[in-house]
Amino acid sequence: MFFWFSQVIKENNEGLNNNMLNNSYYYGMAWFIFSEVMFFFAFFLALGYIRMFAVPWLGGEGEKGIANMLWPGFEAHWPLMITPDQAAFPGPAEEMSLGTAYSHGGLAGVLGWIPLYNTVLLLTSSVTVHIAHIGLKNGNRKQFNLWLAITLVLGYAFVALQAYEYYEAYTHMGLTLKTGVYGTTFFMLTGFHGFHVCLGAIILTVMLIRGLKGHFSHDDQFGFEAGSWYWHFVDVVWICLVDFVYVM
Amino acid sequence: MKSISRVTRKFIYALLFLAPTSVFSEASDYNMPVGVTEVSKEIFDLHMLIMWICVWIGVVVFGIMFYSLFKYRKSAGAKASKIDDHFWLEITWTVAATLILVGMAIPSTTVMINAYDDREGDINIMVTGYQWKWQYKYLEDDISFFSNLATSQEQIDNDIPKGEFYLSEVDEPLVIPINKRIRFLITGNDVIHSWWVPDFAVKQDAVPGFINTAWTNVPKPGIYRGACTELCGIKHAFMPVVVRAVEQEEYDAWVVEKIALAEAEKLLNEKVWTKAELVERGEGVYLKNCVACHQTNGQGLPPVFPALVGSEIVMRDKTRNIEILMEGVRGAAMQSFANQLSEVDMASVITYTRQSWSNGKNGDGEIIIPQEIVDYKNKVDL
Amino acid sequence: MSTIVETHDDHGHHGPAKGLTRWLYTTNHKDIGTLYLWFSFLMLFIGGAMAMVIRAELFEPGLQIVQPEFFNQMTTNHGLIMVFGVIMPAFVGLANWMIPMQIGAPDMALPRLNNLSFWLLPMAFGILISTLFMPAGGPNFGWTFYAPLSTTYAPDTVTFFIFSVHVMGASSILGSINIITTILNMRAPGMTLMKMPLFVWSWLITAYLLIAVMPVLAGTVTMMLMDIHFGTSFFDAAGGGDPVLFQHIFWFFGHPEVYIMILPAFGIVSHIIETFSRKPIFGYSSMVYALTSIAVLSFVVWAHHMFTVGMPLAGELFFMYSTMLIAIPTGVKVFNWVATMFRGSISFETPMLFAIAFVSLFTIGGFSGLMLAIVPADFQYHDTYFVVAHFHYVLVPGSLFGIIAGVYYWLPKWTGNMYDETLGKLHFWLSFFSVNLTFFPMHFVGLAGMPRRYPDYALQFADFNAIVSVGAFIFGFTQLLLLFIVIKSIRTGKKASDEVWEDTKDWGLEWTLDSPPPYHSFTVQPEVK
Ligand code: HEA
Ligand code: HEA
Ligand code: HEC
Ligand code: CUA
Ligand SMILES: [Cu+2]
Repeated sequence: MFFWFSQVIKENNEGLNNNMLNNSYYYGMAWFIFSEVMFFFAFFLALGYIRMFAVPWLGGEGEKGIANMLWPGFEAHWPLMITPDQAAFPGPAEEMSLGTAYSHGGLAGVLGWIPLYNTVLLLTSSVTVHIAHIGLKNGNRKQFNLWLAITLVLGYAFVALQAYEYYEAYTHMGLTLKTGVYGTTFFMLTGFHGFHVCLGAIILTVMLIRGLKGHFSHDDQFGFEAGSWYWHFVDVVWICLVDFVYVM
Repeated sequence: MKSISRVTRKFIYALLFLAPTSVFSEASDYNMPVGVTEVSKEIFDLHMLIMWICVWIGVVVFGIMFYSLFKYRKSAGAKASKIDDHFWLEITWTVAATLILVGMAIPSTTVMINAYDDREGDINIMVTGYQWKWQYKYLEDDISFFSNLATSQEQIDNDIPKGEFYLSEVDEPLVIPINKRIRFLITGNDVIHSWWVPDFAVKQDAVPGFINTAWTNVPKPGIYRGACTELCGIKHAFMPVVVRAVEQEEYDAWVVEKIALAEAEKLLNEKVWTKAELVERGEGVYLKNCVACHQTNGQGLPPVFPALVGSEIVMRDKTRNIEILMEGVRGAAMQSFANQLSEVDMASVITYTRQSWSNGKNGDGEIIIPQEIVDYKNKVDL
Repeated sequence: MSTIVETHDDHGHHGPAKGLTRWLYTTNHKDIGTLYLWFSFLMLFIGGAMAMVIRAELFEPGLQIVQPEFFNQMTTNHGLIMVFGVIMPAFVGLANWMIPMQIGAPDMALPRLNNLSFWLLPMAFGILISTLFMPAGGPNFGWTFYAPLSTTYAPDTVTFFIFSVHVMGASSILGSINIITTILNMRAPGMTLMKMPLFVWSWLITAYLLIAVMPVLAGTVTMMLMDIHFGTSFFDAAGGGDPVLFQHIFWFFGHPEVYIMILPAFGIVSHIIETFSRKPIFGYSSMVYALTSIAVLSFVVWAHHMFTVGMPLAGELFFMYSTMLIAIPTGVKVFNWVATMFRGSISFETPMLFAIAFVSLFTIGGFSGLMLAIVPADFQYHDTYFVVAHFHYVLVPGSLFGIIAGVYYWLPKWTGNMYDETLGKLHFWLSFFSVNLTFFPMHFVGLAGMPRRYPDYALQFADFNAIVSVGAFIFGFTQLLLLFIVIKSIRTGKKASDEVWEDTKDWGLEWTLDSPPPYHSFTVQPEVK
C-alpha cells in the first residue's frame, strides 16, 4: 500500500496524471467515504435497536416485554447501569452522559465534561482545515501550511483527550467493554470514531509534509482534498456521536 | 431400496397437486399440511390461494412468451418489428400487478392478525430449547420435564432397520388438552432454536434471553409431530417436537400422575443408596442426557466435547465435578443440569461417570449421594 | 499486497507482459476480468463439490457418509463459497471485461486498485477453506452465521472466518468503487446515463448496493469479534444486547446482497434477448427505473427473513407489504423481456437458450419468493426446503444461468474463437433438465415439512430426496462439460467475426472492436450519437 501510494504521488509530480484520472480519484474517494458512513451506520443501528427495543423488552416494557419473566427484577434504564445478569456482565459504576455530568456538578459538571472540549476541538479543526484549503486554492502556501498544522494540533489534542477519557473510564469509573451493553456501544462507537480520527490525522500529516515539500498547486490538490473530506466526515460522525451516545 | 415406479408415481402426483386439494389426505407428502387448527386451515387456504394466483400469472406470462418464441422464430422467416416501447401497455401491466398484490395482501393481513394473538391462554406452557432437547414447563401446575429424541443411535447409523417414526419420536411428549386455548412461551437456553408443529401452524424461534409467544387451540385428539427449525449445532436434526393432544379428563389424570411422580422422586433423596444402585440408575440418566456430546463410551468428540474417560475432574475432583454439572460451563455447550435432573439423577449420573469405563479403577472411585446435591443447592442459595 | 509498483501500463501502448508476473501484477481490465472469471469457475467446482457431499448424504435417510458436524461445515461453506466466491466474482469479472468495452473506455478508472481487489479474494478464500483442515473444524453455523451459535458457541476458527469475511468485504468495496467510478467518469462522449447499455446500468446500481451494504457486513462481523474476544454484549441478553439484533444487521446487508447477485444477470439477459430477438429492448427507461426501484426497496425489506423471530405485529406487516412491492419492478422487467421477444425475429443460439431459461425459471423462483413474503404462510415455509427451493431457483437458473449465458455470449469476443454450438446446446439441455430435477422437488419436501440444514430426515421425505440427489449429480457432471467447451473454444475454436452475432453493431460498442479486442480497449474514445 505504501509503495503504491508513493508511486502515485511520484507519477503525479511528474505530471503523468491527466484530468480524467484525477476525476476518478475524486469519485473513488467520495464513494469510499460513503462506505465508511455505512460502516458507522451499522453501529448506530445497533445502538438504536438496543435502546428502543432490546433493553425495554428485557425490562418488561413494550410489545415483547414478557421477556422480563426471565430477568426478574431487571429494569430498563439508559444508560444501562445494572445489566439483566449482573454476574455475567457487572454493570458500570458510572457513565459519561451529559445529563449525569449536569446532575452531579451542575454547570461546573458540564464544564468538566470532556466531550464538550472534544466537540469544540473537532469543530474548530474542521474550520481550520477549510481555511487551509482556501489558502491552497489562492496559492497562499504559508496560509496552507500554517492552518493545516493548527488543524493537526487540534486533531491530536482530541485524540489525547479521548485517550484520557478512556483511561478514566477504565481506572475510575468501572466502565469497560465488559460492563454490558452500555459500555459495549460506548466504546465501540467512540473507539471506531477515534480510530478514524487517527487515520485522518495521519493522512493530513502526510499532506502537511507534502505541503512543506512544496507539492500541490491550486488546481492539483487531490491528496489534500481527499484528506480534508475525510476530516469533515469524521467531524460529522462525531456530531452524531455526541447526540446519540453522550447526550440523548 | 425404493421401487423406481413408486417414486415416479409420487413425482407425478406431486406435480398434479395443482388439482383440487380436497382430494389429498391431510398429511400430504408433497403439500403443506392442512393441519387441525383454525389457524392452520386458514394458512393452508391462503397458501393455496397465493400459489394459484402465481400459477395463473405464470400461465399467462409463459404462454405469451412461448407463443412468441414459436410464432416469431427466425427460422420461420419472422421479421423483427422496431417497436421498443408502449406507454399505456406498460402502465397497464404495472397497475395490474399492483392490484393483484393488493388482492393478496388483504387476506394475508386478516390471517396474520388472527394468528398473532398475544392474550393469555387457559394453559400457559414455557417451552425452552436446549442443545438438543426441549423443556416443557407448565406455568400453572408445577410440572416440568425434558423431551429427548427417542430414536436409537443404531437406527441413525443404519445398523438396524428404521422405525416408522424415525427421528420424530421422543421419550416424553408434550401433553395438552383439546379445545383449550394453549399459549406457548418460547425461549432458548443456549443458542436459537425454533419450535415448530406443522399441524398447528406454529413456528416460533426460541431466542435465549427473550420470550416469544404463540398459541393454539386443538380440536382433535392425536399425536402431532414437528421439529426444530433453526440451526442450533450438531444435533439440530435430532430434537423433534411431539405433542399429544388428549381429552380434558385424560389430561387432568395425567397432571395428577405427573405431580405424584415428582413427589415420589423427592422422597428418593432420603433413601440410602448403594453404589451399585447409583451406577445402575446413573447409566440410564447418562444415556438420556449426556451421550449426545460425551458419547456412550465416554470418549466425547474432541476437541469440542471432552472425553470423560481419564478426565482429571471426573476421576479426582469431586467438588468441581458437582459444580460443573450444576453450573455448566459458560460459553460452552456444557449446560447447567441443575434444573434438568432431580437430585437423585444428578448424584447417580456423576457417580456413574466416576465409576464407569476405566475411571473407577484409575480414579479415587468416590460416589456421590443425593444429599450432597441437596446440600450444594442449599449452599448456593444462601 | 504492497508490491504493485510495476507501471508498464502508464507508458504508451503495448501488449501484456509475459509469464506469471503478467497475471500477478496486471492492471489491465481484461486480464483482471479473466482472473476473476477463472477464480469463480474454480470456486464453483469447490462449492459444487460440497453440494455433492450434501446431496450424497441426503440421498437416503440415516447417516452414511459424513457426520453431522462435517455436514454443517459443508452447508455453511457451500453457501459462503457460492455466494461470495462464485456469483459475485463472476459478475465482477464480467464487469471488468465488458464495462470499459461497453462505455468506450480504454480501461478501468483505477487499474491498480483493480489488481488489489482481485488478489484479496484468493487470500480470503484461502483462509476460509484452510479452516476446514484445522482441528477445530471450519465454520459450521450456516452462511447466515446467527449469533450466538457463531459467537459463544462457535469453534475457535471463527476468528479466521471473521477475518476472511473482512477481506472479502474489502475486495468487494474496492472493486465496486472502481466500477462506479469507471461508469460515472469514463463514458465515451455522448453516452448519457440514459444511453448506457443495461448491463452497465445494472452494475452501476449493484456497485452502489455493494458499497452501501458490505461495510454493514463488516460491522456485523466486527461486533461478533468483539463479543467473542473482548467481552462485549451486543448479542447477549445477559448484558442487555439481543441475538436478534445480529439478524437485523445481517439481513440489512443480506437482502440487498441477494439483489447484488441478480441485478447484473438482469443486465446480461437484456442484451442477449435483444440480440437474438433482433429487436431493441422493450421499455428501456422502465427497465432502468425498475432496477433503481428494486435497489431502493431492497433496503426496507430485510426482516422478511425473520418473520419467526418474534417481531411485533406492525413490523411483520410492514415487512410483508414492502417485500411484496418488489414484485412490481421485477414484474416490469419480466414483462419487458417477453415484450421484446414478441414480434421479434428469434433464433436459438446457446446464450439465448440460457436467457430464456433464465426468464422462466427465475420467475418461478420469484413466485415462490412472493409466497414466502406472505407472513402467516411463511410460518410454515420458513427454514424448510421450500426456502431452499426458492433461493436455488433464483440463484442457479437465475444468477448462475445468467452468468453462463453471458459467458457464451461474450466468449467469442474475448477469445476471438467460437465455442462449439452443438456442445453448447447439449450443455444447455442437460443443465435445464437436471436443474429442474434437482430443485423442483425441493418445493415438495419443503412443504411436506422437511427443515433445512438437516443431515438426516424422517422417512416420508426419502423419495423426493433421492430424486433431488440424482438431479444434483447430473447437474454437477454437466458443468464439467462447460469447462470442456470453454477450453476447447480457446484452443481450437473457429475464428469469430468482429460482430460475432448477426448485426450486433446496433447493440453495443463492444461489437465494434476486433475479436479478440486490443489490449487497451478504446484508445480513442468513440463518439456516441
Ligand atoms: C438472487 C437472489 C434472490 C432473489 C432475486 C430473491 C427474490 C425474492 N425473494 Fe428471496 N431469498 C434468497 C435469494 C433471492 N431472493 C436467498 C438466498 C434466500 C435465503 C437466505 C437464507 O435464509 O439462507 C431468500 C429467502 C427469501 C425469504 C425468506 C424466507 C424464509 O427464510 O422464511 C423471502 C420472504 O419473503 C424471500 C422473498 C423474495 C421475494 C419476494 C423476491 C422477489 O424479488 C421476487 C420478485 C419476482 C417475481 C414475483 C416474479 C416475476 C414477477 C412477475 C411475473 C410479475 C407479476 C407477479 C405478481 C404480481 C405476483 N426470499
Ligand atoms: C449462488 C449460489 C448457489 C449455487 C450455485 C448453489 C448450487 C447448488 N446447491 Fe446450494 N446453497 C446456496 C447457494 C447456492 N447453491 C446457499 C446460499 C445455501 C444455504 C447455505 C446455508 O444453509 O447456510 C445453499 C444450500 C444448499 C442445500 C441445503 C443444505 C442444507 O440446508 O442442509 C442444498 C441441498 O441440496 C444445496 C444443493 C445445491 C446443489 C446440488 C447445487 C448445484 O447447482 C451445484 C452444481 C455444481 C457443481 C456440482 C460443481 C461442478 C461440478 C463438479 C465439481 C464435478 C464433480 C462433481 C461431482 C462429484 C458430481 N444447496
Ligand atoms: C450439549 C453437549 C453436552 C451435554 C449434553 C453434556 N455435556 Fe458435559 N461437556 C460438554 C462440553 C462442551 C464440555 C467442555 C466444557 C469446557 O469448555 O470446559 C463438557 C465438560 C464436561 C465435564 C468436564 C470434563 C473435563 O475434563 O473438563 C464433565 C464432568 C461433564 N461435561 C459431564 C457431563 C455429564 C455428566 C453430562 C450429562 C448429565 C454432560 N456432561 C452432558 C458438553 C456437554
Ligand atoms: Cu434446536 Cu435446531
Ligand atoms: Cu431477502
